[in-house]
Amino acid sequence: MIKDEQKPQIQDRARSGGMNEYLASHARAIQPSGIRRFFDLVSASKDKDIITLGVGEPDFVTPWRIRDAAVYSLEKGKTQYTSNAGMPELREAIGQYLDNQFHVSYDPAKEIIVTVGGSEGIDLALRALIEPGDEILVPEPSYISYSPITALSGGVAVGIETFAKDQFKLTAESLKAAITPKSKILILCYPSNPTGAVMTYDEMLPIAKLVEENDLIVISDEIYAELSFNAKHVSFASLPGMKDRTILVSGFSKAFAMTGWRMGYACGHPDLISVMLKIHQYTVMCAPIMGQVAALEALTKGGLEEKDRMVESYNQRRRLVVQGFRDMGLECHEPQGAFYAFPSVQSTGLTSEQFAERLLLEAKVAAVPGHVFGKGGEGFLRCCYATSVTQLTEAMERINLFIRKLE
Amino acid sequence: MNEFKLSILDLLKEDARLTATTIATMLGAEQEDVSAAIAEMEQDHVIVKYATIVNWSKVDDEKVTALIEVECTPERGRGFESIAERVYLYPEVKSVYLMSGAYDLLVEIEGKNLKEVASFVSNKLSTIESVISTKSFFILKKYKQDGIIFEEFEDDHRLLVSP
Ligand SMILES: Cc1ncc(COP(=O)(O)O)c(C=O)c1O
Repeated sequence: MIKDEQKPQIQDRARSGGMNEYLASHARAIQPSGIRRFFDLVSASKDKDIITLGVGEPDFVTPWRIRDAAVYSLEKGKTQYTSNAGMPELREAIGQYLDNQFHVSYDPAKEIIVTVGGSEGIDLALRALIEPGDEILVPEPSYISYSPITALSGGVAVGIETFAKDQFKLTAESLKAAITPKSKILILCYPSNPTGAVMTYDEMLPIAKLVEENDLIVISDEIYAELSFNAKHVSFASLPGMKDRTILVSGFSKAFAMTGWRMGYACGHPDLISVMLKIHQYTVMCAPIMGQVAALEALTKGGLEEKDRMVESYNQRRRLVVQGFRDMGLECHEPQGAFYAFPSVQSTGLTSEQFAERLLLEAKVAAVPGHVFGKGGEGFLRCCYATSVTQLTEAMERINLFIRKLE
Repeated sequence: MNEFKLSILDLLKEDARLTATTIATMLGAEQEDVSAAIAEMEQDHVIVKYATIVNWSKVDDEKVTALIEVECTPERGRGFESIAERVYLYPEVKSVYLMSGAYDLLVEIEGKNLKEVASFVSNKLSTIESVISTKSFFILKKYKQDGIIFEEFEDDHRLLVSP
């Protein structure tokens, strides 16, 4: 009950500044993402003929046997909460899978938590670790969510620029230069959204050394692990001494074409996982049971075969797109993972925003301008090639024509 | 069959119009190698034909398709081979399979209308000497053929731009 004498004050606040006056300053300070702005532009054009290379998700629908498992479980009336950390069978399967695929072993009872997408895993880790003012190191161009969710937890995101000449890999020198006494967390994302960069074991070793020397914690977002094309994915947690310093975050969205199911997981030191579990328990209770049933099917019964088939198809399309960009005279480093090509449009003399906007309006191809991904992204274009070969071929022709007209 | 050829077949089965250059790029191979492999497979009748799967129900030119179970007496020394040959040479016959179970041959027949199919069965098929009996089943609607779902809407339901 609001006391009478308090009412005028509240009304005044509302009248003077609108709802903004009530908003928490750290929430208000967050900018809408560049992707969002570009999405609005694309939506506004309402053109049916647009080919989009702008979506960061598979063009496959979830394999039927995975969908079927969820449908069947619904028919059986499986509609309840599960244990907070996720169904024990699923955690068991995740542990087994990580061990088999990437040689990292986690105790399903204490070191694995099932989350609502990899997104929640990253958020939980940041919330569990960040004290106000802590610095979070983010190699850029990076996935667009890291900086804003860092800010929401009271931390300060510090971008570390990576370069096309290094295939957008983080180097020990630039990491070292960015570390300050306030640095606490390093967020790694290999294979990378948006550049498709991957890092080898040998390239990660000097990073691990710096992590150790500077007492950092690593959030390793390995959601694109399965989409590694030229060599088997190396999990950062598998490096010597890194398991206890790493929170491995992953999920089912990309490899199993399950974006809408919102299924992910985080693995790490039991002390940290137990705090993340508390936050998870008080905010979302548990991941949805239908998604968990589907995820279990994905990992255990033939889902892995379907995954391999999809990964092979991305690989084929990756070669097509990279070749396409090079043929039309754009520099394009070879993405070794995820499903994005990141060609340079600098040779056209346009900024990435101008290029993307004109490409959309004049050639009806939507792709995301690189500057939205932070430092080092200007001058590049993110093109997701998870689209049919027919569409890709048509998109390449349109981009080529567009560039010829610019000349 | 080596893996390279299998990958080529997988791609061509999805889209027979893909050029050797595109296939080569997609597989990270040389164009000459792809062309050579395709030529070899054509030569060996691994690739029999490049055809189009048509959903005839969308075309005015209506057709009737029936599946006929045929029971017959195998011929001494040649089994079902010569009967199958007699059957498959008719242009009305789309496919012929030797089956295990309650009957011997499964024959797919296509005709302009019901009457044409019925008359083929009674005048041509049933009168072959070793044929003992036939059972006809007319196909009312095709939902899926050769792995292709006919009514599947390939609309992309994804947003146009996303993280
Ligand atoms: C690098 C990266 N991490 C995390 C996510 C979020 O994935 P999820 O659907 O599991 O929340 C994405 C999605 O685009 C991503 O690109």
